[in-house]
Amino acid sequence: MLEISGLRKVFPNGVVALDGVDLSVPAGEIVGVIGRSGTGKSTLIRCVNRLEEPTAGTITLDGADITRMGGAELRATRRRIGMIFQQFNLLTSRTAAENVALPLEIAGVGRAERGRRAHELLELVGLGDRGGSYPSQLSGGQKQRVGIARALASEPSLLLSDEATSALDAETTTSVLDLLRRINAELGLTVLLITHEMDVVRAACDRVALLDAGRVVEEGPLGEVVARPGSRLASGLLPSLGRVEVGGHEHAEEVVLFEDAEERLAAAIADGARIEARSTERIGERRVTRALVVTPKEVAV
Amino acid sequence: MNDGWSEWAPLLWTATRETLVMVGVAMLVTIPFGLLLGVLLLLTDRGGQLESRVANRVLGAIVNVGRSVPFIILLVAVIPLTRALVGTTIGTTAAIVPLALATIPFFARIVETALREVPNGLVEAALASGARRREVVSKVLVPEALPSLVSGVTITTIGVIGYSAMAGAVGGGGLGDVAIRYGYQRYETEVTIATVVVLVLLVQLLQFAGDRVSRRLSHS
Repeated sequence: MLEISGLRKVFPNGVVALDGVDLSVPAGEIVGVIGRSGTGKSTLIRCVNRLEEPTAGTITLDGADITRMGGAELRATRRRIGMIFQQFNLLTSRTAAENVALPLEIAGVGRAERGRRAHELLELVGLGDRGGSYPSQLSGGQKQRVGIARALASEPSLLLSDEATSALDAETTTSVLDLLRRINAELGLTVLLITHEMDVVRAACDRVALLDAGRVVEEGPLGEVVARPGSRLASGLLPSLGRVEVGGHEHAEEVVLFEDAEERLAAAIADGARIEARSTERIGERRVTRALVVTPKEVAV
Repeated sequence: MNDGWSEWAPLLWTATRETLVMVGVAMLVTIPFGLLLGVLLLLTDRGGQLESRVANRVLGAIVNVGRSVPFIILLVAVIPLTRALVGTTIGTTAAIVPLALATIPFFARIVETALREVPNGLVEAALASGARRREVVSKVLVPEALPSLVSGVTITTIGVIGYSAMAGAVGGGGLGDVAIRYGYQRYETEVTIATVVVLVLLVQLLQFAGDRVSRRLSHS
């Protein structure tokens, strides 16, 4: 649905923020771009709706190249791309409902219809009773929900999320990510999100791309990435279980197992191995088990 | 009070009305033009929606020149323009032209500063929703800056009251004129005091009302 190819962004001061990014975002999926700060994540997502002007490369949405659009065509395309922000960016002079109605106003929707749609959207994000509240009267999580409702107002097919949970506490982050997943499932909305937190990727994404120094250095569906030996993404998604002291005749190893984890661990135990620690969680489509296995030298899991 | 009071009271009343008319009309002219100029100053600046170095420099220079000329000089210098615009060069109506001319650049800078305080993220949120430039101005910049703009109008109006006192130089009338002609030139100190009291009350009232409106508009 969204294809980014050879995207470069060089700022006027000579800083190369994006150095040839290739990334595809399949329809209906939640794709996370992760990277440390200063790797160009924000620039990347902002190029998609041209809040930032790309220096070179193409960004095609359903076949149309966004980088070549101007004026009315770009504005029409922007209406098909919702965006949510780290700092929420709600207008302080408007109530929650009026904020949600803003994109509808811009699209020329009549007053009554705007009010009805704004209310519907606030219901969808669980704030049906807060339409009359000003942003200053809402918590961070509520503000982001209003932000999401606003982003959905023009019925976009793609949602851009620019560090949308970075200003929120852990619990609120979880509920906002759950909301994104629900919207993704119910409305079939495609989501491109950027984050610096692996927890966000683990909780919300179908696919992940690692951005480093303005390039995508690793990419793939979560379930596939975690199984990749030596993968930086995998080690980020599966933090270490810790270390264990072993005698000279033993060998300690941290293993990552999938759907057949139970059988394989049982087999290893039968062969004389010990399981020092283990944890199982869902990552993407897969059930992933990490285990710290201590084996006599000749046995392998 | 001596029997002069009965003579001054109608004088003060007329002068107060003249001041209010001069200041009021000057502000009515200043607000739209100052707003437009302030918006253009912001939009043409670096990173603005209508970024243009040349336009920004030219507008900035016009505003700065307007603000540098001492009001009393401006008052005299624009006499030909005043004649062309309102057909006379003396009286309250004539005073409105230089008053507005002096005030527009001042208010334009206040508008520019107020709009600059609106976080850029809000502008981006509107652009991301497909907003046009004028929608960014009318739906984001101006409404978000409204409490500051109202405070700016208050400050500007109070400044114009001060300027209007000099309008007596072109026979503009008003409280300043009365203070000079009766209080200063005829040594009638009571008149001076009375005009000052009226001016202080006007300013207090304006400030109070301005603060109230500004607070009511602010939801941040």
